[in-house]
Order: sequence, then C-alpha cells, then structure tokens
Amino acid sequence: MSLEERLDDLVDELEEAFEDNEIEGVDFHREHDELTLTVPREIFMSVMRLLRNGKPFQFDTLIDVCGVDLSSYGQSEWSTDNSGFSRGAQRGAFSPEPNNRFASVYHLQSTVHNHRVRVKTLLDSDKPIIDSVVDLWAAANWFERESFDLFGILYKGHPDLRRILTDYGFIGHPFRKDFPLEGTVEMRYDPEQKRVVYEPVSIEQRTLVARVIREDSRYEEGWKPEEPEEPEAEEEAAS
Amino acid sequence: MSEIKNYTINMGPQHPAAHGVLRLILEMDGEVVERADPHVGLLHRGTEKLAETKPYNQSIGYMDRLDYVSMMCNEHGYVLAIEKLLGIQAPERALYIRTMFDEITRILNHLMWIGAHGLDIGAMTVFLYAFREREDLMDCYEAVSGARMHATYYRPGGVYRDLPQQMPKFTPNRWVDEAEVKRRNANREGSLLDFIEDFTDRFPALVDEYETLLTDNRIWKQRTVGIGVVSPERAKNLGFTGPMLRGSGVAWDLRKKQPYAAYSKVDFDIPVGSNGDCYDRYLVRVEEMRQSNRIIRQCIEWLRANPGPVMIEDHKIAPPKRADMKDDMEALIHHFKLFTEGYCAPPGEVYAAVEAPKGEFGCYIISDGANKPYRLKVRAPGFAHLAAMDEMAKGHMLADVVAIIGTMDIVFGEIDR
Repeated sequence: MSLEERLDDLVDELEEAFEDNEIEGVDFHREHDELTLTVPREIFMSVMRLLRNGKPFQFDTLIDVCGVDLSSYGQSEWSTDNSGFSRGAQRGAFSPEPNNRFASVYHLQSTVHNHRVRVKTLLDSDKPIIDSVVDLWAAANWFERESFDLFGILYKGHPDLRRILTDYGFIGHPFRKDFPLEGTVEMRYDPEQKRVVYEPVSIEQRTLVARVIREDSRYEEGWKPEEPEEPEAEEEAAS
Repeated sequence: MSEIKNYTINMGPQHPAAHGVLRLILEMDGEVVERADPHVGLLHRGTEKLAETKPYNQSIGYMDRLDYVSMMCNEHGYVLAIEKLLGIQAPERALYIRTMFDEITRILNHLMWIGAHGLDIGAMTVFLYAFREREDLMDCYEAVSGARMHATYYRPGGVYRDLPQQMPKFTPNRWVDEAEVKRRNANREGSLLDFIEDFTDRFPALVDEYETLLTDNRIWKQRTVGIGVVSPERAKNLGFTGPMLRGSGVAWDLRKKQPYAAYSKVDFDIPVGSNGDCYDRYLVRVEEMRQSNRIIRQCIEWLRANPGPVMIEDHKIAPPKRADMKDDMEALIHHFKLFTEGYCAPPGEVYAAVEAPKGEFGCYIISDGANKPYRLKVRAPGFAHLAAMDEMAKGHMLADVVAIIGTMDIVFGEIDR
C-alpha cells in the first residue's frame, strides 16, 4: 500500500472515531503526504487520548512538541512594490496581538501501524495555556518545558514546568518574534568586582539578508522545477 | 548509630564523564541515586532562531554543529525537509552518495561513542583504537567537502559535488621520510571510492578487535549488564528512538520503516537487543557498525557503475556551474540571486526525519512563502534520551550514572541546540 492510500485509511478511521466519540471541530489538512489535525483547545485532551489509546491509531511515541509564534507570519521586510527598490530592509515586521498568536504543535508516531500525524492547537496571546500530555507520553516532559521556556506557553498539569534551555534567572521568552535576535543582556567577567556581570547588549541589530516573499509565477501552485536529463549525462561519461 | 540524611551532589558542568557541559544534580542516599536532575542549556546557541533570520541554504552549516559527531546525518534531515517543501527530488547518484556518507557518519559516531563510553567505564585502549579509524573516515569527509568535520556537503537538490577521482596524499617532511610516506599513501593511490573500499575491507576485522577488548570482558560486563534497564513499552513512552529503542527489543528503524535516500535499494539487517540494558545497547551499536560497513560496500559498487549528475539542474535552487557563469548572463544572474536572496519556498509546513546514529533526527519547517524559514524546529534524539535520565539512574550507584550517560550517547550540541 502506498503512503497516500495508508493516509486515506487513517483519515477515514479518524473521522469515524471522532464521530463515535462526539468530537467536533477538528480540521484535517493534507500536504506533502503528511496529515495535520488542527484541534480546538477545548477538545484537545480527548483527541490526544483517542490518538494514544484508540485501537486503529496507537500513536505510542511522541516525537516532538514545538511551540510557534505566528505573530509575524506572512510579513516581509523588503519589497519592490510601488516606487522602485527600497534601500533598506524594514525590520521588526510584527503584528502585536493577533487572536491566535501561539500554536503548540505535536508530532506523533505509531510504531504499531507506522503512521505519523501532526496535531496543532492554536492559542491566544493573553492566556497561552494548554493541557499537558505528560500523563499520556512521558517524553512530553522536557519538550513542554522547552516550549514554555522559549515561547511562554503554559502547560496545565505539567509536574515540573521550569525553564530548561535558557540561563538561570533569564527574563523573557527568546523565541517569540518580538524578542530581538541579539538578546537583551550580555555577560562578561568584571576583574574589579571579581565576578560575572550582566550588561545591556552593545551590538546593534542588523539585517544581512532581507526577508522577502516573492509572488511571481515561479511560486505559483503546481509549479515544478525541470527534471535533470539523465540519459545525456550517462553518454557523456561513457565517451 | 547516627541518622544519615540524603545529600545532594553537583556533577559537572566541567566533568570529563559528562560528555560536554552537563550539570547533574544528584540526590543521593549513601551511594544510591534517589533523583537525578540534569540541567541542560549551557550550550544553547539558539540555532533555530538563527535559522529564521537566514536564507534556507545558509543554515545547512548550523546543522553540522548540532550533533557534532554525526554531521552529515543532521544535514540530511534538514535538506530532506527543504526538498519536501520545494517538491524536488535529488538525482539518484546523489541519493546513493548520501546513503554512503550517512553510513560513514554512523560509523564515525559509533566509534566516538565506543571510545568515550569505554573510557568512562575504565577501558582506555578502545578509545585509542577507535580514533585511529576515525582518522580515515575524516579523510573521506575532507576529500569530498574540504572540511574534516563540518562538511556542509548536502544541499537541497543533491550534494555539493561529485566524489573526487583522487585522494590527497602525504608528502615527506623533516620527520617523515620517503619510505614511510609511501607506506601511508599506499591506499590513497586511487579514487575516493577505492580508499573507502580499502577501509571497508579492513574494518570488520577492526570491529572484531574492539569486541575482543570488550564483549566478553568481565569488568565491562559487570559495569553494563543490568544497568539502566528500559522495557520496550517504557522506551516508546519516553520517546526513545534509534539504538536506545532497538536495545530494548523494538525493531524500529526509519531506514527500513520509512525509507529515504537509497535505503530501500540496499540490503542490511536491523540488530535488536533483548534486555534493554547498557550491554544490549552496546551490542546493538557494534552490530550497526558492521551493517553500515555492508551498506557502504553496496553503495560503492553502485556508484562505480552509475556515473551521472549529483545535483538538480534547476538554477533557481542549485547554483550553476562556474564555467557557465563565464559566458552566460543568465547563469550569472541565477548565481547572484541565489547567493544574495536565496529561493522562496512555497507556504506550508513539513516534517522530515532521518535515522541519525543516535535516533530520529527530524526537522519541522514552517514556511510562509519567504526566502527564510518562518520557524525551524529541530527534533534531536538526544533530548528525549537525556530526559529519561532520572528514570534510568534511579536506584543505581553513583558510578552507574556515568555508564548511563555513556550509553545514551549524549552530545550537547544537539540537546541544547
């Protein structure tokens, strides 16, 4: 069975199971032979429980939990729109408070059926809280800590929601789009005070390559690059 | 008798057996570990955030520096995700080259692991032996990419260039005379493929050598048998992948289950442990080295018989040949646009994973149609493994903690990212 057919079957089974369990509002999206379920926050836990324990699914491994900040999605820093070329890149294109600013994305894998699925839940910017899945998959423990650390997404029911990757006493959530790449503080050893001191960063922000979104024909849907001509190359090598 | 209370030990971050910058807070009851709390992040460089500020191709080099002992496998995961996003497929020869170098990387990684793990537990010799062989494999890296470790050899659409027809050679100097140089250059007279073939001829006997030192060694067994036992169900629940999962008896390998590159066309076996302890994971990895050797030999055979392109011809993604740029305006423009702005990927999200030596290495890319990824998430196998430290170390002696760190094959480049 090809991957596509197996995904068809999985989608059918999921739709059936959601109907049986009266779960509504799950959005299915298929792209690049991958299945994404966008799940509203209210029914998140029941969907996850079903994916974990349901007989036709048995997603026994949590591959990854990933936080996303969507607040500058689709915004470019440089354009050639109206009056010719602009010289500088406009930095910090960022729309502060969209409704669904954050997303928590889960990648699940079933070693029994050899399926993969991606579950995505959108969270608003005021209260980015979502239920923790540590009880279902022990692997979620550190992944959720990481997402909390980098994005400030809160996982309800997590046994030990501490920072994990950033420094002791770090302020802010560094992977949010409004956090500067250069950070806010720098550290050095002060020989006079004989200890390590923190100071505001001295390096300037700069853009090396602007972020551009091209909309010409190359990037239209269904566009495919040309295939390499293999037979010709073989002839060359033979001669 | 006086009451003995639990006490806390701080191990690391500067500890030779901590494999980098691991800080472990151990709560001890006498010599028995009650609770282990790893503090990671001392090597956090924000790779994922940096990747958001650079065109796609400029981040390939960062991937080498994640798990810095299995460089090309990381590149492979990243490049595969971009290719999936762009909807392109590398030429077949490039797929075989990637397969071969993935396996060379696997041997490199496992040699580093067997050496370091041995050294942690007190076997000095294996370390020296393993580094002897690593040197040859590093030379293969250098021959194709110019760098011994951080190769940046895989590119979206293929590999940077075809395998070289000759190997760099040693030259005589003040300390090394003519005769010695001749001896050292003996296996470097032919092409890179000849050099690798010579290595694969020698390598099985060398693995035997490591095994005579360790497999039936009484001390080695005392230190590893029954240490850090993980049941198959628990291993899946903890998110284990790679040798950690296979050591627990789950026959799961992405190369077989979800084949990529040329793995569906080569013949190899998946070794599986039965007890899920450190010793079984050791056996699994040693057998994996032998299987890698087998895959490399098949790739060499195929690559000899099938010359062809190693990069796609689409110059919106792959740079044109330098010679073409001399007299073709279009090629020059392509080159300029590619290296200043890069290419825009269509909007969408994609996850691609490879079986890296340590487990499943995956890249999750969200694209909003720009020339840079909107979000890149690297799924590092070691992160999930180290998260199980507390569970695996509980109830063991302090010295066993070192054995458990060793068996996890921890590298901080990928855990802290």
